[in-house]
Amino acid sequence: MPVLWIVLIVLALAAVGYVLGRQRALASADGNSRKLHSLPSFYGTSVAIFTMVFSFAALIVWMIVQPIVVENRVAATISPETIPEGRTIGLMMSDVRRVADGLDQAVAQGAMSADQATSIRTEFTDVRERLGQIGVALGSDVGPAVLHAAQRYRAMSATGDLAMTVVVLGLALAGFAVAYSRTHRDFRARNVVERTIRYILIFAASIAVLTTVGIVLSLIFNTIEFFRLYPAWEFFFGTTWAPSFSGRGGGSELGIVPLLWGTFYISLIALLVAVPIGLFAAIYLSEYASPKVRSIAKPMIEVLAGIPTIVYGLFALLTVGPLLLSVFGDDGLGWMQAGTAVMTAGLVMGVMLIPFVSSLSDDIINAVPQAMRDGSLGLGATHSETVRQVVLPAALPGIVGAILLAASRAIGETMIVVLGAGAAARLSLNPFEAMTTVTAKIVSQLTGDSDFGSPEALVAFALGMTLFVITLMLNILALYIVRKYREQYE
Amino acid sequence: MTDATASTPAAPASGRRQSISLFRQDAHTKRRNAAETRFKAYGLTAVLVGLFFLIVLFGSIISNGLPAFTRTVVELELTLTQEQYEEAESKLLKTGAYRDFFIAAFDRELEERGVEVEYDAAALERILGKIGGNLREFYTANEDRLGQPVDFELSTSSRIDGYFNGRLKREDVRDSRFLMSTDLDLADELYAAGIMKSDFNWNFITGADSGVDNPGGAGIGASVVGSFFMMIVVLVLSLPIGVAASIYLEEFAPKNRWTDLIEVNISNLAAVPSIVFGILGLAVFIQFAGLPQSAPLVGGLVLTLMTLPTIIISTRASLKSVPPSIRDAALGVGASKMQAVFHHVLPLAMPGILTGTIIGLAQALGETAPLLLIGMVGFVARGYPDGFVSGFTEANSAMPAQIYTWAARADASFYEKAWGGIIILLLFLMTMNIIAIVLRRRFERRW
Repeated sequence: MPVLWIVLIVLALAAVGYVLGRQRALASADGNSRKLHSLPSFYGTSVAIFTMVFSFAALIVWMIVQPIVVENRVAATISPETIPEGRTIGLMMSDVRRVADGLDQAVAQGAMSADQATSIRTEFTDVRERLGQIGVALGSDVGPAVLHAAQRYRAMSATGDLAMTVVVLGLALAGFAVAYSRTHRDFRARNVVERTIRYILIFAASIAVLTTVGIVLSLIFNTIEFFRLYPAWEFFFGTTWAPSFSGRGGGSELGIVPLLWGTFYISLIALLVAVPIGLFAAIYLSEYASPKVRSIAKPMIEVLAGIPTIVYGLFALLTVGPLLLSVFGDDGLGWMQAGTAVMTAGLVMGVMLIPFVSSLSDDIINAVPQAMRDGSLGLGATHSETVRQVVLPAALPGIVGAILLAASRAIGETMIVVLGAGAAARLSLNPFEAMTTVTAKIVSQLTGDSDFGSPEALVAFALGMTLFVITLMLNILALYIVRKYREQYE
Repeated sequence: MTDATASTPAAPASGRRQSISLFRQDAHTKRRNAAETRFKAYGLTAVLVGLFFLIVLFGSIISNGLPAFTRTVVELELTLTQEQYEEAESKLLKTGAYRDFFIAAFDRELEERGVEVEYDAAALERILGKIGGNLREFYTANEDRLGQPVDFELSTSSRIDGYFNGRLKREDVRDSRFLMSTDLDLADELYAAGIMKSDFNWNFITGADSGVDNPGGAGIGASVVGSFFMMIVVLVLSLPIGVAASIYLEEFAPKNRWTDLIEVNISNLAAVPSIVFGILGLAVFIQFAGLPQSAPLVGGLVLTLMTLPTIIISTRASLKSVPPSIRDAALGVGASKMQAVFHHVLPLAMPGILTGTIIGLAQALGETAPLLLIGMVGFVARGYPDGFVSGFTEANSAMPAQIYTWAARADASFYEKAWGGIIILLLFLMTMNIIAIVLRRRFERRW
C-alpha cells in the first residue's frame, strides 16, 4: 500500500477517534459536561493523538530502517566470486537497486506482469533491452547475479512494505482502542493530552540539534573516508589542485591551499567594498538623514539583501565581468584575460554584503545611548567628531561582530563565485586572474555523475568540513565579541 | 614688571578674541567644519553608491531580460488536403515534401500582399528552422485538421529573434550555415510586409525547458511548478515545526543545558553556508535514505532545514511581543498553561508568525546552492509532472536551478532566457514580500 494511503487512513481514523472519544466521554457523564474531569474536546483529542503518534513514529522509523536492512541482507547473499573484476560490492548494489526500480516501473506501466518480473532469467531475456524500452536506462548488461539479487531485493521490499502497512495500521488501531477504552468521565484527559503535546513541542525544538548532528555526521564520515584514500597532510598543505577526471587510481592532486587562497582573496575584496560603503551608509542613515530620507533609503538598500544570490551570480557573469574586461582587458590595460576573475566576484559579492553590514551596523549604532551623544555635543564637539570619537568606539565591538558575520557570509557564498570567479585553482596575487574557491569546488566535485567512492567526489566533503569549521568559528567569534562587550553601555 | 609681563601676552590674546567672533570662523573651526561636511558627504556618497548599485542591477536585469518575453514569429495560413498528406507520407524525403507545401503557401501569401522578394528554401530554413519537420509533426498528430485551413505561427530561429531584439547587430553577422547576412534583408522585408511580427512569448512563461539546441523554445513554466511543489513541502514542514519549536523555547523551556544547546544551535544554523545544507541533503536524503535525485521533495526537505532557523527566530520575536498580561489573564480565569498559549498567545502572535514564514519562504525560493548538489541542475525539465504525488517525487527543476542551467549553457541565446527567468523569480519574491508587508501593516498590534 502506498505510504500516502496509510497516512490518509490513519488521519481518517484519528478524526473518527476524536468524534467517538468525545461522545463516549459525554455519554459516561450522562451528557453533562460539568461532571467530566476535562473539557469534552480533550477526550476526543486524546483518542486522536494516541491513534496518530505511535503509528506515525513507527512509519517514519520503518521507512528509514527498511532500506538499510534490505540492502544489507541482499548484499550478504551476493557471493564474492560473482562480483566482476574491478567492481565493488557497493557498485554492484547500485546496479541491483536500479534493476529493481526498473522492474517496478515495468510492472507499473504494464510492460511486464508481476509474475514475469519475479521470474525472468537473463538466460532467456535481455533485461537491459526490455527495461530500455520503457525508459529505464541501465549502464551495463545485467548479469544473472545482479538480476537475481534485484528480484530478491524486490521480494524483500514487498514483504517489508506489507509488514509496515500491517504494523502501522495495527498500532493506529491499538492506540485508538486503548485510548477509547480509557475514556471515562474520571479520566484525566487534559493532563495526558497536554503532556503529549509538550513532548511533541520538545521534539520539534530538537530538530535544530538533529540537523546540526546530521550535518556534522555526514561531513565527518565522508571526510574520514576521504582521508583513508588520500593523505590528510597533502590535502591541507598541498599547493596544487588538479583532480583527474579520467578514472580512479591516483593522479589527482587535491591540495586545499589554492582554494583557500581564492576564497580569502575574493572575500577580502568583497569586504573592502562592503565595509566602507555599508558602514558609512549606516552612519549617514542613523545620524544624519532626516526620518523621511531614512524611511526611503534604508528599505531600498535592504532590497539588495533580499535578491537571490543566483541573480548576483548572473550579474557578475554577464554584466560586471564584460564591463571590467572592457576596461582592464586586452583592449584597455591588458591585465585581464577573461570576464571571470577574483575582481568580478569580489565586487559583486561586496555589493551583496553592503546591506548586511549596513543594517547590522545601523542597529548597533542606534543602540548607543543618546546620552553619550548629547554629552559629546554639549562639550562642543561637531557631529562628525561625536560619531568618530564617541559613537563608533562605543559601537565598535558590535561593528566588528557584524564584519565577522559578513566575512563568514562571503566565505560561504556559492553562486557568485561559481558563475563569476572562474574555475582554475591558482595561487596568484593578480586580482584580475580567474581563481576558484572552496564552495565552487564543492559544487563542481559533486555535480554530475560522480562515483561517491572516489577521492575526487569525497574531497568535496572534506572541503565542506573545512568550510563549516571556518564559518562556525567566525560566527562564534562574532557572537562572543558582541556578547562580551555589549553590556558596557546598557 | 608684573604689569608688563601680563600685558604682553594679553595684547595678542585680545586680538585673537576679536577674531573668534561667533560671526567669523577661525582657521581651526573652519577645518573642523570642513571635516564635518566631508564626513557627511562620505556618508551620503555611500548611500548613493548603494542605491546606484541597486539601480544598475535592476536596470541590467530588465534591459537584458525583457527580450525573453517577446518572440518573432511568421504567421501563415495553410491548407493541406488528404491527398497531399498521403502523397507526402509516401515519399522518401517526407519533410522535404512538407517544406515544398509550405513554400507554395508562402509564395501565395507573398503574392497576396504584393511583396516581391528573392529567397530560396535554404534561407527560409535558416530563418524558420526545420519547417517540414514541424508541419509533419503537426499533421501526423492532428490528422483531423487535414483539408481545413490552419493558422500556423512558426517561431523564428534564435538568431533572427536576436536580430529583432537588438541582441544581434547586423555588423556582427558573419555568413555561416546558421545565418547569412542576406537572410537579414529577407527578414526585414518580411517584417515590413507584416508576415513576420513580434508577439508576446507565452511559451516562455508556460513552457518547459528545451534542449541545449533550441533556446527559442525554452520556457520556465515547468520549473515554476517544481518550485511550487518545493515550497509546499517547505511550508507544510517548516511552519508547524518552527512554530512548535518556538512555543517550546519561548513558553515552556526550563533554563537548562539542553535548552541552551538548542538555542546556540539555532543561531548557528542560521549562519551556516547554504551549500553545507546541500551536502547534508546529498549525504542524508539521497545517499542514506535513498530518496530520488532532483525531486522537489528532497529539495523541499533541504530548504526546510535551512528555513527553520529563520522561522523560529521570527516566531519567537512575535511570541515575545505578546504582553505577559494576556497570559496572566488567561491563567487567572483558570486556563491551563497550554490553553493560555494555544488559545490566546498564539492567535495574537499569528500575523507576525505568518510574516516571518512568508519571508522565510521567499528566501528559500531564491536559494540555489543546495539545489545544485541534489541534482536539480543540468536536468532538462521537459514537461510538467503528471499528477500531484508525482509532482513531489518526479525529477524536476526549480526556478533558480533553471536559471543557473541556462546561464551555464554555452549558447549565448540562453543568457536572455536566464535574465527573463530572473524577472519572473523576482516578481514572485516581490509579491511574497509585499504580502508580508501588508500583513504586518494590517494586523500588527502595538501593545
